[in-house]
Amino acid sequence: MKNLLENVSRRKFLKGSGLAAGGLVLASTIPAWSPAWAGQSKQTHDLNLFVSVNTDNTVNIVCHRSEMGQGIRTSIPQIVADEMCANWESVIVLQGLANEEYGSQNTDGSRSIRRFYTTMRQMGATARTMLESAAATFWRVPLSSVYAEDSFVHHKDSGKKLSFGYLAANAAELELPAVESLSFKSPDKFKLIGKEISSVDMHKFVTGSTEFGQDVRLEGMLYASIERSPVVGAKVKSFDAEAASKISGVVSTWQMPDQPTPVVFHPLNGVAVLATNTWAALQGRKALNIDWELGANSSHNSSTYLEELKRNIVTKGKSIRNAGDAYTALENASRSLNATYTMPYLVHAPMEPPAATAVVKDGECEIWACTQTPQSTQNNVAQALGIDKSKVKVNVTLLGGGFGRKSKPDFSVEAALLARQTGKPVKVVWSREDDIRQGYYHAVSAQHFIASLDERNNVTGWIQRTAFPSISWTFSGVTDEPQVGELSLGFGDLPFELDNLACETHKATGHIRIGWVRSVSNIHHAFAAGSFVDELAVETNTSPIQMWNKLIGEDRHVDPKAEGFEYGNYGDPMEVFPIDTKRLKNVLNLVVEKSGANKTTNEGEGWGICVHRSFVSYVAVATKVKVADGKVTVLEMHSAIDAGTVVNPDRVKSQQEGSMIFGLSLALMGEISVKDGAVEQSNYHDYPVLRMHQCPKIETYIVSSTAPPGGVGEPGTPPVAASLCNAIYHASGQRIRELPVNKHLRV
Amino acid sequence: MISFMLNGKAVELDVDPSMPLMWVLRDELGMTGTKYGCGIAQCGACTVHMDGQPIRSCVMPISAVSGKKVKTIEGLSEDGSHPVQKAWHQHNVPQCGYCQSGQIMSATALLEQNSNPSDEDIDNFMQGNICRCGTYPRIKEAIKTAANLSLAKNVGGDA
Ligand code: FES
Ligand code: FES
Repeated sequence: MKNLLENVSRRKFLKGSGLAAGGLVLASTIPAWSPAWAGQSKQTHDLNLFVSVNTDNTVNIVCHRSEMGQGIRTSIPQIVADEMCANWESVIVLQGLANEEYGSQNTDGSRSIRRFYTTMRQMGATARTMLESAAATFWRVPLSSVYAEDSFVHHKDSGKKLSFGYLAANAAELELPAVESLSFKSPDKFKLIGKEISSVDMHKFVTGSTEFGQDVRLEGMLYASIERSPVVGAKVKSFDAEAASKISGVVSTWQMPDQPTPVVFHPLNGVAVLATNTWAALQGRKALNIDWELGANSSHNSSTYLEELKRNIVTKGKSIRNAGDAYTALENASRSLNATYTMPYLVHAPMEPPAATAVVKDGECEIWACTQTPQSTQNNVAQALGIDKSKVKVNVTLLGGGFGRKSKPDFSVEAALLARQTGKPVKVVWSREDDIRQGYYHAVSAQHFIASLDERNNVTGWIQRTAFPSISWTFSGVTDEPQVGELSLGFGDLPFELDNLACETHKATGHIRIGWVRSVSNIHHAFAAGSFVDELAVETNTSPIQMWNKLIGEDRHVDPKAEGFEYGNYGDPMEVFPIDTKRLKNVLNLVVEKSGANKTTNEGEGWGICVHRSFVSYVAVATKVKVADGKVTVLEMHSAIDAGTVVNPDRVKSQQEGSMIFGLSLALMGEISVKDGAVEQSNYHDYPVLRMHQCPKIETYIVSSTAPPGGVGEPGTPPVAASLCNAIYHASGQRIRELPVNKHLRV
Repeated sequence: MISFMLNGKAVELDVDPSMPLMWVLRDELGMTGTKYGCGIAQCGACTVHMDGQPIRSCVMPISAVSGKKVKTIEGLSEDGSHPVQKAWHQHNVPQCGYCQSGQIMSATALLEQNSNPSDEDIDNFMQGNICRCGTYPRIKEAIKTAANLSLAKNVGGDA
């Protein structure tokens, strides 16, 4: 077996603590530490769930969240090590196994730092306090006379010092200090937090010695490739096992067990080909010749479906938030402006297609997967195998991108079922075609906006509607309208100062697996709202920046609940993370000032702007394009982000760069279409993503802030599409309301 | 039996002659630095050098590799000290890292052919390598840095 990404040993995680199971408990609690390590390794001494110290003076810090390019395996240890006063060079990062004691490990929703910043500081402070106490006891001096620095504890008066490694054994025997008794560094004393530290995996990245889910290799392992149902709910009627088995290298075929509906995270129906290498498994699939019973979803066609959404969206819908009377305002308006915006289905297409490896032996299962969600992998595998989840060990490899795809554990369940069936280690390799055709898709959508204007160009009323199949359909099979969780993403939380506002939804049912893709419903909501603000600016002969500032209005905290919408606020309290219009305007004004987006451009060029709050962070984007001969060239993109406290500015910057490019990909070219229930695209040639020659110059501005940390991985994406299409309008006079752009212009 | 030179060492193996080099490297030889991204020469994740030229190993049948010299990311340097690798580190290029073996192999090939590429040269040469995470701006800067490092050190390539 190859040396896999170093994981926390099973012993260590089973040793456990008295911590109550479940998500957020840990955020405010320190696990009770059981001093049961005596008789175990003499090398490593556990100080708490996340920190252990080795006698060679190195420090182990657990990263319990999945690394998919956001730099979390660096930034989580950065926080702990800083508060612990550990020397960064001596830090060893251990990847946490699935373990509820860590709190939620579901690495999505831009919440690793947002939810664990305080906990990680507590873990560091606990470890430091224990080491300091051990030193004070050793020297028989007051605790107040010692301090930790650079992996040593120093005595102030004598200048004596002892290394963390030397103190580790004694420290580990101490009671865990109470959270209230902990002291924390003041931000001006930070040595690691707020610093641009390179990835702990950098050497592996540049030498190709990384271990991704696709790279896992076990002794005697079979490679599996699965021909899955092209239509959700389709069933295998028959297939040619013999023809597939004749392919050199193919060991066996197996019809995956028919799965119940709703589809949830169950593997799709299909036939697996198991072989001694991936190539043979892929060739075997081609010979299967499966006869499908396609079922009801085979009537789904995305183009007619979208036409229907567009027809409905111009009619009154179901109210989800209301202020004043927008319909009377419309009747009394001197004039009005309306527009409909649409977006197609999208798919994640992470560079590494999903892959999982499983071993099932003696009633236990071990998984290695590029998963964003080890705990749900553990639960779903346990359920599928009918064993207790304590019998399922989940190792998290590096992820070659995630974007939400890898927070669905279906591929690990496939591997577990096949490993049990064959009695051998099995790696399920998803091909790119599988990834594009059998994904969990960002919903196709339509939005409609109506603004009422008086003679002086004031906006006197605002009606906005949205319709798209809900993610909940994937889990219920019956949900037929957008849900509060999705409407909380840039729709029901509209931050404009309006006396008369109507927010409405229309019905839309699901036919293919709907899932969350980087920034989720914010993608279409910010595109529509951000485009409409620009249209209003044009209509009223106002500059876009003025129109934005006017609509956002006075400095205040917006409260959608006061207008009847049960706003989710990304699971965080409004008191700590309000919708702060001052911060919203600040990033917008900053990006305009820095980019020069309010200046005149050459003929055929134009700027577009958009600002959006999501995942409790604020991002504004300014995009400059050139349009000539029916072709758009993106020249520059600037983004400003206010994400509160920032742990690693370089990784925030790189996430902003990535978000700009992700947003450009989807706005310029992103389209999944469905015909007779099946996705028509299959690989990067027909689901293109941005390439080097299409990539503009990108600048990022990070607002310096001591506010609690907000999300970073996703908030950059939502404002991109509107800023781009606004820029295209200002360059060419062409307003694009139906994405992607390449339906209208060459890109 | 197919034999070729891999990172300076002779390799001999008995596999389906139509199996692409990429799967031979990954599955048969356990060299997983070369990545699978698309399998149809669209993404560049599987880029290796064959007789000094960058190729997409996912579409190169192993039969066509017979007698050739192949260099993969594992053969670029002993310790990550190749100028391109150093420049990648300096600019903190990788996000998830999955595309980066291919990016680095393409960038090395570019610099071996053109020691001082312009922005346009870089765009043209690198557009076959997708980075879904969006590290293009840093790749471009890193290639320029590597060009300077290479010029200073006169590091060439031998496949
Ligand atoms: S895997 Fe070879 S080019 Fe994509
Ligand atoms: S770094 Fe993730 S695909 Fe390039």
